[in-house]
Amino acid sequence: MPVTVGAINTAAVSGIPAASEGENYTLVLYPKVGLGDGRHAYNSWLQELPDPVTKVTWDNYACLSVAAARELGVEQGDVLRIAAGGSDESSTLELPAYIQPGQHDKVVAVAMGYGQVSSARFVDAGPEWILRRPTVGDNGLVGKNAAPLLSLEGGGLRYIRPGVSVSKTGRKTELACTQTHHTITVPAELATADTLRRPIVQETTLAAFLKDPHSGQHHFHVFEGDLYPAEDHPYTGHRWMMAIDLTSCSGCSACVVACQVENNVPVVGRDEVLRRRDMQWMRIDRYYSGEGDEVDVIHQPMLCQHCENASCENVCPVLATVHTDEGLNAQVYNRCVGTRYCANNCAYKVRRFNWFNYLHEDEVENLVLNPDVSVRSRGIMEKCSFCVQRIQEAKIEAKRHGEPLADGAVKPACQQSCPMQAIVFGDANNPDSQIAKLIQSPRQFRVLEEINVRPSVHYLTLVRNRTEEEGSVHHG
Amino acid sequence: MADVQTGLRKPWILGDKSLTQVSQDICGILERKPTAMWWTAFLISLSVLAVGAAATIYQVATGIGTWGLNKTVGWAFDITNFVFWIGIGHAGTLISAILFLFRQRWRTSVNRAAEAMTIFAVICAALFPLIHMGRPWLFFWVFPYPNFRGPLWINFRSPLVWDFFAISTYFTISAVFWYIGLIPDLATIRDRAKPGIRRRIISFFSMGWDGSYRSWIRYEIVYLLLAGLATPLVVSVHTIVSWDFATAIIPGWHTTIFPPYFVAGAIFSGFAMVLTLMIIARKVMGLEDYFTLRHIDAMCKIIIVTGSIVGLAYLTEFFVAAYSSNPYEQFVFINRALGPFAWAYWTMVTCNVISPQLLWFKSVRSCIPMVFILTIVVNIGMWFERFVIVVTSLHRDYLPSSWADYSPTLIEILTLLGSFGLFFSAFLLFCRFLPVIAMAEVKGILSYGKSTGHTETSKELESSTKPGHAKAPVGERELEGASA
Repeated sequence: MPVTVGAINTAAVSGIPAASEGENYTLVLYPKVGLGDGRHAYNSWLQELPDPVTKVTWDNYACLSVAAARELGVEQGDVLRIAAGGSDESSTLELPAYIQPGQHDKVVAVAMGYGQVSSARFVDAGPEWILRRPTVGDNGLVGKNAAPLLSLEGGGLRYIRPGVSVSKTGRKTELACTQTHHTITVPAELATADTLRRPIVQETTLAAFLKDPHSGQHHFHVFEGDLYPAEDHPYTGHRWMMAIDLTSCSGCSACVVACQVENNVPVVGRDEVLRRRDMQWMRIDRYYSGEGDEVDVIHQPMLCQHCENASCENVCPVLATVHTDEGLNAQVYNRCVGTRYCANNCAYKVRRFNWFNYLHEDEVENLVLNPDVSVRSRGIMEKCSFCVQRIQEAKIEAKRHGEPLADGAVKPACQQSCPMQAIVFGDANNPDSQIAKLIQSPRQFRVLEEINVRPSVHYLTLVRNRTEEEGSVHHG
Repeated sequence: MADVQTGLRKPWILGDKSLTQVSQDICGILERKPTAMWWTAFLISLSVLAVGAAATIYQVATGIGTWGLNKTVGWAFDITNFVFWIGIGHAGTLISAILFLFRQRWRTSVNRAAEAMTIFAVICAALFPLIHMGRPWLFFWVFPYPNFRGPLWINFRSPLVWDFFAISTYFTISAVFWYIGLIPDLATIRDRAKPGIRRRIISFFSMGWDGSYRSWIRYEIVYLLLAGLATPLVVSVHTIVSWDFATAIIPGWHTTIFPPYFVAGAIFSGFAMVLTLMIIARKVMGLEDYFTLRHIDAMCKIIIVTGSIVGLAYLTEFFVAAYSSNPYEQFVFINRALGPFAWAYWTMVTCNVISPQLLWFKSVRSCIPMVFILTIVVNIGMWFERFVIVVTSLHRDYLPSSWADYSPTLIEILTLLGSFGLFFSAFLLFCRFLPVIAMAEVKGILSYGKSTGHTETSKELESSTKPGHAKAPVGERELEGASA
């Protein structure tokens, strides 16, 4: 994974030999998040998992910094020839370019784990229809194998190779990316001073936070008063809520895969991702703030916000999406007729439509499915359910034991798999629960609070470990 | 009185027709064999319809994924086409109901065709909400029908449910209005038809019309009442369609200006389509005397008015966005004008606001080829208006992470073409089997039987021509009786 210059441990890279003129790039090979060195290349969930930073699926590519791309006259998707000396076939690699802000200007970074024989099985991945484009490349495999460019030195594999030349082949290819607008600011040519940066992420620096724990907070004019007062439907039992700590989140995307596995979310293949129809219920929004190569990265896990005032609920003509008395925004699959009005009217765009029948009757393949979760047919809407099957199971267990539901007894798949424990789920009506305390945190905020949809998912301000009080903190 | 020919007031129908001549001109078209031109047009329309039907069948069988939609842009061609066709369907009711109530008697030359157009356009429109569903075979779940699913009922807060009521009401009233208007003319065709199956069918649908004064009086009352009933529909249908967007929270959709803006746009596009069809029909079927330059002139004026309202609405949207201090709203409008779909936005502005300004010139209004081109331009513009509203609002909404592009697939384009195939096939069949001009109504505004406005006989004749077109069939019967 390419990282910003400031974050590189300089001791570790001091061994990079200086590049000579002409062949002036250093190739950095890195194991892919998800696929590793390729040992998981047979796993379609991991192939379709967007890279935490580039958001590209189903392919590897050559990452160049913004400055390097400008120098070489390279645009995103231009196929590059990377030659590591010699006319040897195995020492050249042709890969599409990916422009990666924040990368070192003299580095071309390529992921390992692609071009594996085990990925040949994805030749038919995705729904079958007349305009389908293949998931595998010309070589019949997913991506290109970069392993031949590793070198063996002193009995160890060397992942860094200096003196590599990079040239354009003149061909172009499209990368299947789940996010195509990368910055937290809107395009400058379409913005006024007030509309450039959207107030969807709160961030501050450690120095500012220590001074004022509320620092970084946006202040919105929130509409008071309501056509349907909250007292009409009080939450007397459980009130499920979630808090996600943006400071802890590293964007690793374990939650995304966990959710996909738990909830029988289909893998759709490269072409469908290109058409922006990936099905994962959870996504990690990655935003850059800053200019050119001097960027900060923000990771914001985004899932159904289970709004109290859900805009999806009142537009469904058949009441296929409704609110439960525990605060869940429930999707009734067998009632849904698929008008997609709910998805259009969702401010967070977290609803997923079954464009095709993705799952087929296959005795072996079906063993992967979670029997507690309905498999959805085509033509209907689906989305994060807060792992309602786990909530039900825990409630039944508690009832069987005659005990109240303990805090932490329900863990959705995303929370369970988060290595940073950035996600906390629980009953906000239980004053002793962790979630009830977190939503009182001075760092608490909700995304798009100003449109009064009242989400149940709370975020905690991103605190950057910086000494300056202002830094890159923007006030929206 | 409007009926009196003063010499200052030019007649709406040229050629100094007699009543029999009108029947002869209009019914003659139906009694002759179809021309080669008709066959060519019909076969082309039918082929296009067949291709569209094949695309639609493939889509329904395979999934909505055969369209270019994505998780950000959930509606595009489907709802654009729906709103476009509903808009086309607006001119019919406006011409038949509102112009009737305002005593705009020039409407008699166009109302029949406009109403037919309305019905076919509403059929095309209704198709899209149906096929855009993920599971169209369950479309009836949108209706509030008694069922055994306990408390499960439709969501009366959803604008899609209101749409269903609005469109079905509109279709029903338009169809009834059209049919009621057809009855006297069907009787005329029946009386001229040779015995046989055609005569029996037309005889059945003419409901035993005898042309007596009593029938005419009742008919006039029914027609007036239906016109009154249909009038609110001119405003209501497109208002409700606009609520699909206005009640949503998406910037660019969430706008209170939409109802009047949509209604004006609908009348604008509807009149343009009526003109397109009538300019072709008058030429092909030799109806130059019935649909004259004066009719074209009057309709062009309505196009200028409604087009200007639409233009004002475009400006108002920008003003409201700037004034709102809502960053999302402001962005949507800048993005419309300068973003990736700017080409669609400026196509819309050029076609809907700039080019209709040519119609201020009398010379343009009286140049039929120019008017014909402009009406097509207006309809292209109005299709793009809906495309701009639907797609540019969705494709870059609140969270920049979910911004996406949209481009249609071949299947989507063929479906749009197919709807034109359906529309023109239906319209061409209508031209072959039913009178394109409302004979009974047109006879009411002929100069026949009206003096030039100064003798005693003029008073006498004038009183006997009340109600307006009651005179016509009586004269007709006399003449036909004489010939028999």
